[in-house]
Amino acid sequence: MNSPQPSSLDVKKSLGEVVVSIKDVNFSYAPGERQILSGLNMEFRRGQVVAVMGGSGCGKTTILRLIGGQFTAQSGQVLFEGQDIGKMSSKELMAARRRMGMLFQFGALFTDLSVFENVAFPLREHTDLSEELLRSLVLMKLNAVGLRGARDLMPSQISGGMARRVALARAIALDPPLIMYDEPFAGLDPISLGITARLIRDLNNALGATSLLVTHDVEETFEIADYVYFIANGSIGAQGTPEELSRSTDPFVRQFLDAAPDGPVPFHYPGQSLEEDFGVRA
Amino acid sequence: MTAILNLFGDLGFFIRRNLISLGLATRMFAAVIWRSGFLLKRPRLVVDQILFVGNHSFVIIAVSGLFVGFVLGLQGYYTLNRYGSEQALGLLVALSLTRELGPVITALLFAGRAGTSLTAEIGLMKAGEQLSAMEMMAVDPLGRVIAPRLWAGIISMPILATIFTAVGVMGGYFVGVPLIGVDSGAFWSQMQGGVDLFSDIGNGLIKSLVFGVAVTFIALYQGYEAKPTPEGVSQATTRTVVISSLSVLALDFLLTAMMFSN
Repeated sequence: MNSPQPSSLDVKKSLGEVVVSIKDVNFSYAPGERQILSGLNMEFRRGQVVAVMGGSGCGKTTILRLIGGQFTAQSGQVLFEGQDIGKMSSKELMAARRRMGMLFQFGALFTDLSVFENVAFPLREHTDLSEELLRSLVLMKLNAVGLRGARDLMPSQISGGMARRVALARAIALDPPLIMYDEPFAGLDPISLGITARLIRDLNNALGATSLLVTHDVEETFEIADYVYFIANGSIGAQGTPEELSRSTDPFVRQFLDAAPDGPVPFHYPGQSLEEDFGVRA
Repeated sequence: MTAILNLFGDLGFFIRRNLISLGLATRMFAAVIWRSGFLLKRPRLVVDQILFVGNHSFVIIAVSGLFVGFVLGLQGYYTLNRYGSEQALGLLVALSLTRELGPVITALLFAGRAGTSLTAEIGLMKAGEQLSAMEMMAVDPLGRVIAPRLWAGIISMPILATIFTAVGVMGGYFVGVPLIGVDSGAFWSQMQGGVDLFSDIGNGLIKSLVFGVAVTFIALYQGYEAKPTPEGVSQATTRTVVISSLSVLALDFLLTAMMFSN
């Protein structure tokens, strides 16, 4: 953890260069459809664990897909190590992706491969390592997530939490400078949740990487994150260190942190009034 | 008036949707072929898939071939016997199998057995974000997942059709010779004299090769483009059987017209 109660400025000053930068990005899935992101600006610096939080469907995962080059922004720039992802050729994009690791919400392990082979997959695809060296590397990665002993199991034989850890080992197989986590805590029991959160922080420190965390889980995230962005209506609703946000009086931040059912994010989906639906006069 | 306009609108939408789908499929096919080069360096990927789509279809193909051979032997005998030509039973069985039934029934069975499992496998990989994960690992799913399966289907189909035909001939022999009493020498000699290596067996193999490309690609395309939901995968699996069966029958007509017309 960082020193107690650092401010946003302290955090930005103390950390390395910008690894990912999102500038004035607008995105919708198709022309004329709902704008998912509008005028979004973000920065992710080396060595940071940065959390992106917000309600369901607010576009958090879309940000990861934009950084990974799986979606292209309608306007604005997504820069990875200074290069615009949207303007990269297919070959350049592949080279950029080799420098990224991504943990998917449910692990996305290859169901026909064992735990060992899942972690070995990126190494087999991108390197010509000898079988002996490859084995050592895979076992080291599995050891880092505490699953060296589960190497021969198939994905169907392990729990959701273990699958997430195997996927984490796979995501860091090539020691990427950027690791992205899509809802890493969703559906985990408290023990697995604590283990996963600690692993994210420890691995980030050990690799000197940048971790980008898309999540809903306030408590665990605030324990490990250096900086937090709250997304609302397609742009930044609030941002700051966990300590700053904990003290925030912003209604949106308060509703999210206090898990209040109603507030700036309404409980009821927009529609006809109750009186109109039930035919009752007010 | 509105009904007529709606009819034209629906027709236009239907045509546009299918043209888009055809364009996407063509583009994907070209991309898969383009990315197949690396399989020469890693043939193991294709061999594994031949085991999956080819070997695992062996039993259904062989058993079906045997029963089709039995039926051909019986029906052929009943018909030929009317004209006193039962000695030509071997020729009838062999020509029916090599030219038509072998490639066509094998392709239809392959669509039901291997095609559906390919669609479901790819569709579930998509639903489980495995294809996205692969993309994010800088591995192209078209080259790594789709291309080995396509080539495995193309290689397996002619082999399976040959097995179907060979077992079918033995089925026809079993019914015709030991059970009904057709002369064994006549059965084989008429077959040997009447079946041409290139125009019958060769064309049959070309047919099964074409069916292999069509059925396997349809199955893979449907899986790749399936909606990543349980309903989406089940609908894609159904579409695989329907589209590939109709394609096989339509292609068979075209190929037969091209190969066996004067």
